[in-house]
Amino acid sequence: MTEMTERYDAIVVGAGHNGLVCSALLAKAGKRVLVLEAKELVGGAAITRSFADGYSVSACAHLLYQLQPSVIKDLGLKFDYAATDMETIALSPNGQHVRLAGNRVDGVGDADAESYKGFYKRMNRFADLLQPYMNKAPARLANFSTGDLLMLARFGLDIRMLGKTEMREFIRLIGINIFDELVERFDNPLLKGALSVDAVLGTHLGPRSPNTILTYLYRLCGNHGSISVPKGGMSSVTGALADCARNFGATIRTGMPVKRIVIENGRAAGVETTSGETFSSWLVVSNADPKSTIMDLVSTRHVETGFTRRVHNIRMRGNAAKLHLALDGLPTIEGLTDEDFGERLVLAPDENYVERAFNPAKYGEFSPNPMLEVTFPSVRDDSLAPAGRHVLSAIVQYAPYELKGGWTDAARDEFAKVALSKLAEYAPDLPQRVTATELLTPADIEKEFNITGGHWHHGELTLDQFLFVRPVGGAAQYAMPLDGLYLCGAGAHPGGGISGAAGRNAAQVILSRGKAA
Amino acid sequence: MTVQDVQQDRKKSPFYSRQAKLDKVNQWHEWKGYSSADSFYNAELEYFAIRNSTGVFDLTPMTKYRITGPDSLTYIDRLVTRDMHKIKPGRVAYAVWCDDQGQVIDDGTIFHLKEGEYRLCSQERHMEWLLAAAIGMDVDVKEETADIAALAVQGPTSYSILKTLGLDGVENLKLFGLMNFDFEGTVLMVSRTGFTGDLGYELWLDPSKAEALWDALFKAGKNYGIMAIGTEALEQSRIEAGYLAAYEDFLPAAATVRAGRSRSPLELGLSWLVDFKKANFNGRRALAEEKRRGSTWRLVKLDVEGNKPATHSYIYSKKRGRKSQVGFVTSAAWSPICKHNLAIGTVKMPHGAVGDTLWVEIYYQREMHWSRMMAQAEVVDKPFWNPERRRVTPPGPY
Repeated sequence: MTEMTERYDAIVVGAGHNGLVCSALLAKAGKRVLVLEAKELVGGAAITRSFADGYSVSACAHLLYQLQPSVIKDLGLKFDYAATDMETIALSPNGQHVRLAGNRVDGVGDADAESYKGFYKRMNRFADLLQPYMNKAPARLANFSTGDLLMLARFGLDIRMLGKTEMREFIRLIGINIFDELVERFDNPLLKGALSVDAVLGTHLGPRSPNTILTYLYRLCGNHGSISVPKGGMSSVTGALADCARNFGATIRTGMPVKRIVIENGRAAGVETTSGETFSSWLVVSNADPKSTIMDLVSTRHVETGFTRRVHNIRMRGNAAKLHLALDGLPTIEGLTDEDFGERLVLAPDENYVERAFNPAKYGEFSPNPMLEVTFPSVRDDSLAPAGRHVLSAIVQYAPYELKGGWTDAARDEFAKVALSKLAEYAPDLPQRVTATELLTPADIEKEFNITGGHWHHGELTLDQFLFVRPVGGAAQYAMPLDGLYLCGAGAHPGGGISGAAGRNAAQVILSRGKAA
Repeated sequence: MTVQDVQQDRKKSPFYSRQAKLDKVNQWHEWKGYSSADSFYNAELEYFAIRNSTGVFDLTPMTKYRITGPDSLTYIDRLVTRDMHKIKPGRVAYAVWCDDQGQVIDDGTIFHLKEGEYRLCSQERHMEWLLAAAIGMDVDVKEETADIAALAVQGPTSYSILKTLGLDGVENLKLFGLMNFDFEGTVLMVSRTGFTGDLGYELWLDPSKAEALWDALFKAGKNYGIMAIGTEALEQSRIEAGYLAAYEDFLPAAATVRAGRSRSPLELGLSWLVDFKKANFNGRRALAEEKRRGSTWRLVKLDVEGNKPATHSYIYSKKRGRKSQVGFVTSAAWSPICKHNLAIGTVKMPHGAVGDTLWVEIYYQREMHWSRMMAQAEVVDKPFWNPERRRVTPPGPY
C-alpha cells in the first residue's frame, strides 16, 4: 500500500468495551495504539443514549454484573454507581413477589429458602472455579505447550479439589439444562422462573436446553451475580475505559467506520475506513464479532476454507429485544414501593412459562407471552429523565433474529405492543404513562451496534462454542489464522456481557507474544 | 409423503451401447455410480494398445465441476496449492488441493476453458468442500459430470487418429493445452492430457453426440490399432507414468479417521505443485510449518529387482531385521515396456532419498504355496515411462 498515512503499533477496530480494555492495556504497555470507532460515541453496545427528548437509557446492555475485578484493577478503572447489589424481584400478578439478593430469597417457603442457600453456594463455588479461566486465554488442545498442559492439569486439579461429591455434581451439571435442576430443588414457581431467566437471557436457549447451567454459571463469574448500574448509564463505564485508554496514550477516533482490514502478503497490514483513509499497522485487533471480522472486514479469500466454514457456521442469532419507554411517572405494581422500582424486576411466572416463551422462537416467531427483565434506571439516576419522569429499560425475550417475514416496522410495532400488554398485566396504569416507545429488535441491534445476528454474546454461549473452541477451533487464543490479526471482542473467549475479559485476555496474549504478534 | 423413486441401478455412460458391443468378458465395476469396465478383452492386450497403438478409455464418470463467476480465479487459486494465475485460458493444470491442515483432499486437473471459466476434474466428489470454499466469493460451482461425455484417447497413434477424424489444427495442440473443434455441429473440446504418461488426448462433448463420436473415432482408428480399454490397463500404465491414485497411493484427507493417515503434498512428492509465493491458499500455514519442521513421510518411486510385483509389500531399510521396516508399497507392477519391476511406496523420513537402496518383502504364490523374498529396490526420481513423443509438438505420425 502506498498511500498509508500513519503507522501504529496496533489498530483496534471498534471501541466497544472490550476494544477499549484491550487498547488501554496495549497502550499501557507502551504500544502506539489507534482505536477506530464507527459511531460518534465510544462504547459499542455499552452506551447511554437518548431515545426521546430528555430521556436517555443504556441502549443495549443495561445491567452490570460481570465486569471483571481484574479489569478494574489493571486499569485503575473508576466510575460512579447509581446502584449496587440490586435485588431481583420476581413479579407476581397478585403482589406476592419473590425477592432475591445474594444467597437470600424472600417470599418463598422455608424449604425453598434453605435450598436456595445451598444452590447459591454450590453455583458460586463452581463459578469461582471457572472464573480464573475466564481471565486467561484458553489452553490449546492440540500441539501442547508446557503452559497449556499445566493449565489443563490445573483445571483438572481444580475440579478434583472440589471434593468427591462436588466434583461429581460439577461434572453432572456442567452440560445439562437448568430446568431439571430447578424442578428438583425448588417448589416456588416465581423463583424457578427468575432463575430460568438468568440462565437464558440473551441466548437462543430455553431453560430446558442443554448447557443452560453453564450459561447460568457464566453469569455468576466475576461478581457472584451481584448486579449494579453505573451512574449515567453504560457510557459511564465505557467513557471511563476510553479515558483510561487515552491516558495511557491511545488515540481514539470516532465516526470512522472501518471498511476493510488491509491484508498484504498474507498478513494484516492496516485498515481502510469507509471514507478511504488508510492506517497501517502490523497488528490489527478486531473488536467486531468473528463473522463480520472475517466475512466483511477481511474477506474469506485471505483465510483458508476450513476456517471460513467454521466461522460461517458460528451460531449467533440474537433472540432478545430491547424495549425503552419514556414515562410521565412511575406506574403502580401491586406490592411494590417506589424504591422497589429501582431494583431489577423479572417477569416470568414460572420455568415452563420461559420455556413456552422460547418455543415459537424455534420456528421463527416471537413469543406471544415473552419474559422480561425490567429496570427503571431513572429511579436511581435522575440524569436519565426529566424531573418526576422516568424511563423503563427492558429486555424482552424471545424475538428471533430470523423472524418469519422479517423484522418489518409492522412486526416491530406488534412485538412492542405484545411487550407493553404483558407489562400492563402487572402494571395496569403503565400504558397511559408512556410518552415515547423504542423497541430494538435483534435486526435493529445488528444494525445499530454492528453485531451479526444482533447477538450480544457475538456467538451463542454453548459448550461447542466455549473455551478452546470459541469462536472456533484452531483460533481460540485470540490470534486469527492470519498473521497480525487478533480478535478481542465477545466472540472470543470467554464471551459476552460487560466483563472486559476478552479484551484483557487478548491484550495479554498480544503482549506475551512480543514481536511475534 | 410419498415414497421417492430413487434410482437404484448403476448409471450407464453415453458410450455404454458401443462399449457393450465390444465387450467380451463382462467385467465391470462401479465408479461413482457408473458402470466402468475392468477390461473388454484382456487387460494385457489393452495395455499394449496404449503403448503401441491407441487405447480409448471412457472418462465420463470422472467428477467434473464447472466454476464460473467474477471471483473464479481467486477462488481456484485459493483452493489449490499451485499458482493458477500462470494457467492461461486454453491451458490445463494438474493440481492438488488440501484442507487447512495441509492434508491432501484430492488431486485432479483444472481446465481453464475461457477467461474466468474453469472445469475441475477429479476422481472423488467434492461439492461440499467446493461450496465451503465459495463462502464469501462471487462464484458459481456446478457439478457437470453427467452433462459431459468424455473419452481418453491415448497412445502413439492417437494423434494420427485425430487427424484422420478431421481435427485440423490438433497438430498445434501442446501438452496441457486445449482446443475446440466442430463435431457434427457441436463443440468438441480436445485437451492434450491423460493418465498414461504417453502421447494422448482427452475428448469432451455433449452426451447426445457421444455415440457418433465413438463411431467416428473407431472408424478413423481402424488402421491405427484403436482399441477400447478398461481400468486395469489404465492402472498399469499410470503406475509406469508414476501418477498417483487416490485410495491407492494416498487417502483423501476427508476419508481418514485416524490421525496421521492423510498425507500432505510435500509427503507425496508434489512440492513442485506447492507455491509458497502465493499469499494464501488452503493449507498454506500448515505446509509452511511442515516445510520448516520436516515431513513425516516421503513418497518414493522404486525400481525393484526381479519380476515379481511388490504389491503391498513392506519396505525395509536393511535386508535383515524387522526393526528396519520404514514403509510400504502402495502401487506395484511389472512394466513390460520398461522391462523393470516398478513400485510406488511411502516411507518414513529421512529414508527414501533418491539413490537410496531399500528392500521390499515380496510374498508370492506358486501352486498354492506362499514364498517370501527380499528384493532390493532403488529409489528413483524420474517417471518410469516418459517418452519424448508425449511432449513433442506437432506429434509424429505412426
